[in-house]
Amino acid sequence: MTHTADRLARAPQESAQDRTPWRVRLALHDIDGVTLLVVPAVLFVLGLFAYPFLYGLVLSFKPRAGDFLANYRKFFSDPFLYDTIYATLRLALPATIINVLISIPVALRVRKMHRRRLLTTILVIPITLGTVLIAEGLLNYLGPQGWLNRTLMLFGVISTPLRLVHNYTGVMLSLILSGFPFTFLLTLSYITGIDASLEQAAATLGAGARARFRHIVLPLLVQGLAVNFCLSFVQTFSVFPSAVLLGAPAGDTRVISIAAYQAAYEQYDASMASAIAMIMGFVQLAVVLLALAGRSLFYRGAAGGGKG
Amino acid sequence: MGQDKTISERLWAAAIWAGVLFFIVNFMAMIATVVINSFGTRWLGTWLPAGFTTRWYRSAWDEFQLADVLTTTFQVVGAVVLLSALFGVPAAYSLARRNFPGKQLVILLFLLPLMIPPITFGIPLATVLYQLGAGGTIWGVIIANLVPTVPFVILVMIPFIEQVDPRIEAAARVFGAGTGRLFVYVLVPLLAPGILAALLLVLVRTIAMFELTFFTAGPDSQTLVVALYYAVYAAGVRAGQSIDAMAVVYMITTLFWLLIALRFVDPTQMVARAKQEAAR
Repeated sequence: MTHTADRLARAPQESAQDRTPWRVRLALHDIDGVTLLVVPAVLFVLGLFAYPFLYGLVLSFKPRAGDFLANYRKFFSDPFLYDTIYATLRLALPATIINVLISIPVALRVRKMHRRRLLTTILVIPITLGTVLIAEGLLNYLGPQGWLNRTLMLFGVISTPLRLVHNYTGVMLSLILSGFPFTFLLTLSYITGIDASLEQAAATLGAGARARFRHIVLPLLVQGLAVNFCLSFVQTFSVFPSAVLLGAPAGDTRVISIAAYQAAYEQYDASMASAIAMIMGFVQLAVVLLALAGRSLFYRGAAGGGKG
Repeated sequence: MGQDKTISERLWAAAIWAGVLFFIVNFMAMIATVVINSFGTRWLGTWLPAGFTTRWYRSAWDEFQLADVLTTTFQVVGAVVLLSALFGVPAAYSLARRNFPGKQLVILLFLLPLMIPPITFGIPLATVLYQLGAGGTIWGVIIANLVPTVPFVILVMIPFIEQVDPRIEAAARVFGAGTGRLFVYVLVPLLAPGILAALLLVLVRTIAMFELTFFTAGPDSQTLVVALYYAVYAAGVRAGQSIDAMAVVYMITTLFWLLIALRFVDPTQMVARAKQEAAR
């Protein structure tokens, strides 16, 4: 291995400079000056990611008033607060499932395309512009005088404008618009990772398109789809700007991030805000673990078709 | 897999392409309404505005103090790009070249800030930053934005570094180069394309990063995307066209850098990196 060769080349030189054997011993475990280069980044992430998280966890058990569980008891006894979990799941789960399901046939089709790069470039634009801009755009586009309603009325599909913004529909549409490209690009990278010769072999043996998908592509794809579902779900679960701007932030799109924001920046209760953030993280973790547990029911194995 | 043969397969393919087209057309139309509105004089109940003007850009520039906001945005983005390179590239080198005990744990530590959404860790992070006195300042915004970008640079750079032949480094060491000189004269020139790609992606992500900036910014440290959020939130106070003019400024800023970035990276890389690590 290169590491071993590298180490052998280095070890005598370093021990000549500094005759303490502990350096050699550490070097044999691949700990030397180069390894230490990782330390600043580790300290940074520990200090500004891990520490705040633990600090928030501890803070959430130190409420302004009451015993250490007061924040959590308040959250789960006040429907105005605990309903936000349901409101968020009601948006995030369907949006994620729709995005993942639609991305499969589209990705299967796109991988055979020659100029894939153009399509992927177009799809990266909504991800890059972000949810705030999409919210502003959809307010114009989906509004009662927007182009979508006008087009539908022109063709006589509807007689009065549909109410598509400042409600559940608006947030859902924005989650699909901003979430689908991300989900799709992940699915595409998983599908292109499946060796095409496996499907060719099946086709040679007489399997039709549906049978090939059912018995070859899908089993190989399930692992990737589970990871994709998790990554997409945590993105949609943390919906904030579009829920405020496009939804009804006091009504049926009062998602959990709005509750956390209000606790932190309107009531200045950092302890309660931390508690809500921890509950948010916990619900995400629970859904992710369920999804990952679900995938172990399926086939696990190589997606390549190499010999041996 | 050959050509599609049966009629049902062709119909299926046509339906998929129609769906993709529908998505893209709607998205483009949405962008177009923003751009057209920003140039329109009055747009009520018609397909297009009554007339066209550029005065909304001047009024947006003054009303939203766009000069200040843009200056802040570029200061934040510049500092984030520079600092994430300084933290990230050496760490990536260490992870690419050494197999020290606990390496998997370190990689997991770097994966978490990328997989946990900013809203979830943003509130505890902002609380800590406010306690340290950095909340509400530009430094608070920079620090908060670095939390996901440092791990991002590390995970993007590891495969680039693994491609460099270690014998080149060994040769430099034989000739007496220390780690510092090795970086300046050997690694950085060899890794320039990778570093450039990673940093451009960091740049685009930071311009568009809403949540972390929103939680940590004070009135003087807002970036463009947060200023846009407040403008849309308080819609009705200002003219809609003015807000859309600002949205266009934001779009141009983002897409300009995105186009440059896309010359150096494959679009799928922008989302696929975290997943490749997660799948292990």
